[in-house]
Amino acid sequence: MNFYNLFKIALRAIWSNKFRSFLSMLGIIIGVAAVIIMMSIGQGSKESVRKNISQMGTNIIMIRPGAEWRGGVRRDPSAMQTLKIDDYEKILSQKSYISNVSPEVTSSGQAINGANNTSTSLYGETPEYMEIKQWAVKDGDVFTDEDVKKNAKVCLIGKTVADELFPNGQDPVGKTIRFKSIPLRVVGVLKSKGYNSFGMDQDNLIIAPYTTVMKRVLAQTYLSSINCSALTEEMTENAVEELTQILRTNHKLSGDAENDFTIRSQEEMMQTMSSTMDTITIILVVAAAFSLLVAGIGIMNIMLVSVTERTREIGLRMSIGARGLDISNQFLLESIMISITGGLLGLLVGYLGTLACSFFHLPTSIPLWSILVSFAVCTLIGIVFGYFPAQKAANMDPIEAIRYE
Amino acid sequence: MEQQENKVIIELDNVKRDFIVGAETVHALRGVSFKVYEGEFVTIMGTSGSGKSTLLNQLGCLDTPTSGEYYLDGVSVRTMSKRQRAKLRNQKIGFVFQSYNLLPKTTSVENVELPLMYNKRYNAGQRREAAIKALEAVGLGDRLYHKSNQMSGGQMQRVAIARALVNDPAVILADEATGNLDTRTSFEMLVLFQKLHAEGRTIIFVTHNPEIAKYSSRNITLRDGKIRSDEINADRLSAADTLAQLPKPVDD
Repeated sequence: MNFYNLFKIALRAIWSNKFRSFLSMLGIIIGVAAVIIMMSIGQGSKESVRKNISQMGTNIIMIRPGAEWRGGVRRDPSAMQTLKIDDYEKILSQKSYISNVSPEVTSSGQAINGANNTSTSLYGETPEYMEIKQWAVKDGDVFTDEDVKKNAKVCLIGKTVADELFPNGQDPVGKTIRFKSIPLRVVGVLKSKGYNSFGMDQDNLIIAPYTTVMKRVLAQTYLSSINCSALTEEMTENAVEELTQILRTNHKLSGDAENDFTIRSQEEMMQTMSSTMDTITIILVVAAAFSLLVAGIGIMNIMLVSVTERTREIGLRMSIGARGLDISNQFLLESIMISITGGLLGLLVGYLGTLACSFFHLPTSIPLWSILVSFAVCTLIGIVFGYFPAQKAANMDPIEAIRYE
Repeated sequence: MEQQENKVIIELDNVKRDFIVGAETVHALRGVSFKVYEGEFVTIMGTSGSGKSTLLNQLGCLDTPTSGEYYLDGVSVRTMSKRQRAKLRNQKIGFVFQSYNLLPKTTSVENVELPLMYNKRYNAGQRREAAIKALEAVGLGDRLYHKSNQMSGGQMQRVAIARALVNDPAVILADEATGNLDTRTSFEMLVLFQKLHAEGRTIIFVTHNPEIAKYSSRNITLRDGKIRSDEINADRLSAADTLAQLPKPVDD
């Protein structure tokens, strides 16, 4: 019996039991649709996290005081005073893989403008910080290197701060606000970045020259961190190495001494985030895959019923010359067709489900390989769960089968 | 025994068949020997338990003897594998069953084509051609594309007979082929079998109905797994005549 005829027989068998075939397909449809939707949500979230992180700049490198966490009692890194302005200056003079460097000192507290006040964070930076974190100014200008040199009492404010302190839609540029009683003249308002993927308001900040913050606000001589950006994303690793060398030399750390600073790249963070998302995706997909297993068992059940029901047909086919192989192929093809048809419908449902998810603003993206994988899995289910019923049919005794009541 | 110069189609030589049921051994066939020549119309009769079904399974190569030899068209069946017997059935035997065993919701032509589906030597065109020829031979040339569930019992059995003819078999094996039909249709079937016999077909008709024996050329009676009688039917009746004498069906 050639394939075309087998195909016709299987098609007829499925078609003559439309409702039953559909019910057994339903398991596969739901399973595949679930896998597709889970994968697309997983993939979509991963992409959206990546996008969020790369919006912050993918080539950012952060240097913090204190060693990496490796056991033992550690002090709060913010209380450590190992990063100095000298480190910043050394980096500035020796850098080759790094484009921008900005030392950072931070403080948080109340910002006040007249009767309005808001709780916010103050970042002491250089103008290069704007490049590193990809900030843009909506109104006004960035403070200048000159302002940094002169410890000028100027600042840039985020949109949230602007909205809180100037609720009546006044233009904040040129106005003076107070942070911890230090008056700062607003030279520009930052373009909004919105919330990041961790749910933090990125616009609730004030940026001022780091010299101003260090000397006038905090009166401290050490830095909380140094932000740099690598020339390109690919050079991040080289840049991290370079920074490590510069700082170790500057901190006079000998051969095997532990670093008294930590360098983190955005790239690294992104990988951590991605792998977290991957884990979640895998868990979701495995859960969905179990429904495919159940669906396979459903198909096996239906095929066993079908074989029993058609015992006489099997007996007849055998008595007119069908071999066991012909019979088993016939039933195997039928179960494969059920599962593949179910799989295709499942893809369709999954696609529609994905559309529905994105309608509700869930980030989605169907990876191509997930389509191929679910197709392969369906075929496999058809073969695996069709095999036993097909063997049962093929091993029937034609004498008994033909007289089966 | 009939003294014919014709070719031997079937030769059974002391065929025995035992079944082991639990601790007991049932001797269904206790040494059966006979020959069937080409062009014979043999009825095999016997009550239930006489071994006629077992004999039919042997003749139809669905089963193999416990001992003894069975030659179909000169080939020994006893040592054949399942696969070889399937091929043999496909090419040498045409089965007609009591309950027709047509595929449901399938046209006559497709039902008749079925045996050729399992024969690689036929392509789709040749299959169709042979099926139409066989259906015309049983008088269903005008019902080629009727589905099995749209036909009467007599028509279905005709389709089944056409299916048995389509592979041009060495022997047609009919198992109570008129058992499910009313008297009139039964005789119509016998007319058809006699026609096929006249055309030179070899037919073996297994039945428990003694009346059918009157229309065959030879009758073998089984009892307790042995041949009780084997007689040539010298003055066999014409089924067509009997059919003509039957009262016409009265329409309501």
